[in-house]
Amino acid sequence: MIGFRTLLYKEVLRFWKVAFQTIAAPVLTAILYLLIFAHVMSNSNAAFDGISYEQFLIPGLAMMSMLQNAFANTSSSLIQSKITGNILFILLPPLTHWNFYGAYVIAAIARALAVGCGVFVVGLLMAHIPVHNLGWIIVFAILGSGMLGALGIIAGLWADKFDQLAAFQNFVIMPLTFLSGVFYSIHSLPTFWQTASHFNPFFYMIDGFRYGFFGKSDVSVWISFSVTGLAFLCLSLATLALLKSGYRLRQ
Amino acid sequence: MPAKTAISIKNVEKSFGSLRALDGVSLDVEEGEFFALLGPNGAGKTTLISTLAGLSRADAGQLFVMGHDVVSDYQPARLALGIVPQEIVFDPFFSVRETLRFQAGYFGIARGASLDAWIDELLANLSLSDKADKNMRQLSGGMKRRVLVAQALVHRPPVIVLDEPTAGVDVELRQTLWAFIRRLNEQGHTILLTTHYLEEAQQLCSRIAMMKAGRIVAMDSTANLLNAFSERVLKVMLHESLPESLAQRRTKQSGAWHQFAIHDYADVEQLLAQLREAGVAIERLEVSEPDLEEVFLKVMGK
Ligand SMILES: Nc1ncnc2c1ncn2[C@@H]1O[C@H](COP(=O)(O)OP(=O)(O)O)[C@@H](O)[C@H]1O
Ligand SMILES: [Mg+2]
Repeated sequence: MIGFRTLLYKEVLRFWKVAFQTIAAPVLTAILYLLIFAHVMSNSNAAFDGISYEQFLIPGLAMMSMLQNAFANTSSSLIQSKITGNILFILLPPLTHWNFYGAYVIAAIARALAVGCGVFVVGLLMAHIPVHNLGWIIVFAILGSGMLGALGIIAGLWADKFDQLAAFQNFVIMPLTFLSGVFYSIHSLPTFWQTASHFNPFFYMIDGFRYGFFGKSDVSVWISFSVTGLAFLCLSLATLALLKSGYRLRQ
Repeated sequence: MPAKTAISIKNVEKSFGSLRALDGVSLDVEEGEFFALLGPNGAGKTTLISTLAGLSRADAGQLFVMGHDVVSDYQPARLALGIVPQEIVFDPFFSVRETLRFQAGYFGIARGASLDAWIDELLANLSLSDKADKNMRQLSGGMKRRVLVAQALVHRPPVIVLDEPTAGVDVELRQTLWAFIRRLNEQGHTILLTTHYLEEAQQLCSRIAMMKAGRIVAMDSTANLLNAFSERVLKVMLHESLPESLAQRRTKQSGAWHQFAIHDYADVEQLLAQLREAGVAIERLEVSEPDLEEVFLKVMGK
């Protein structure tokens, strides 16, 4: 247990020591999105009855920032340790693949929650945001950021260079987040894109998360929960298997 | 597994593509030994150490640390092993003390007064006390290497492996480092080291293995290797020619210098007596001791 706790503490310290870059900067980015989109889209139809576009946007943006930062946390930590070689310090001790997985994913969730709270607090200054069910909010926040934390481990293991990681981020993570209904309700999309969105697990994370605030969603919250939970489980199992096999860590 | 074997390596093979970096290496190091693994660059020493540490997986064969298989029983194997890597690596986020506290934590050692006292002792022994609170980035290469030594020892492993620990460390600190490692060995720690300084290996190690192209080409006690491959030599400089009676015993001649292989000092007495009897005056005389460099060159040349 001490080994796991030490690794977790190190992973949390790693982003906390540079919180300006790892927490404040993404919150600022989200605020810019919020200001610009809220302004440009102010005349657009409200997604749900009785909810303004601004209100609709804030939870989606918070979730998007959480997902991106959970991914960034594990993937950048791993690639940095691999490139500098100090990954050695955690490969030599008797840490298990569970220790590894747990410490990295929990640290990613911690950073994601810090960023999410930051966006939410700023959002409160700009619009009234109801809380329909705090339980769902927390469940989706944790499952979503945990899933992206696990995905970040996989990407960090796979990549040898920063640009490979950037490619993963730009060609996988960004399209999935942008096409998930952060900025719009998918009901406003043409049929083809509506259908396509239903194959995007990010859509369910954001839809379920938004349900926690408004009690309204594009699909049933239970479906969102099942899809998100299943995706989290599958990615976690894949991550654990890769860590256990020593993929790209112990040649 | 015999209980007294600290490191046991059995028929280990490892290839990188078509390159056979380890070509069936077997090696046992007993508890309490001071063992040297020598060989030219690219012989496979670091690869062997990596497979022992679990940083790399052998294609075939098995490795044990204190009787624990490094793959199937990796936790006790890693707990028993302290590795000083060849390459200097560090975490720029941390100070020297933080680095050591984290490393201890990964090995399951709780923070507290007893750990801090041990860290202070390690730093003092490695002449790093005044650097304890410096960030790793502010240290010179030699200092970083000594931090790596401290990191390897922070969980008090019974088996310590040092991969070229003195590369880039200046002479004075090299002495300090070896004195410390020797003390650890006297306290019962098993030491395995690789080095390019053969005189260090000769002075420190009781047993030596030499590797070449992924194979062990010689392995014996230091004394036996020196006796088998190297000899004491008596060199005399004479004005006159060598008496006939001694000519067959001569191993080499260059100008006025004549060279004889000797086993012990009685041989020297005898040779000198024969020269005196023949009435040959000795201008100069040298006796050279066997050295590991000669052994190394002969073994590698084979
Ligand atoms: N990761 C690797 N990929 C490919 N070849 C490697 C790798 N590591 C070592 N080698 C090769 O294996 C051989 C043994 O290397 P190494 O164990 O570092 O030798 P030594 O430590 O004895 O100098 C060398 O030919 C080296 O180039
Ligand atoms: Mg080497």
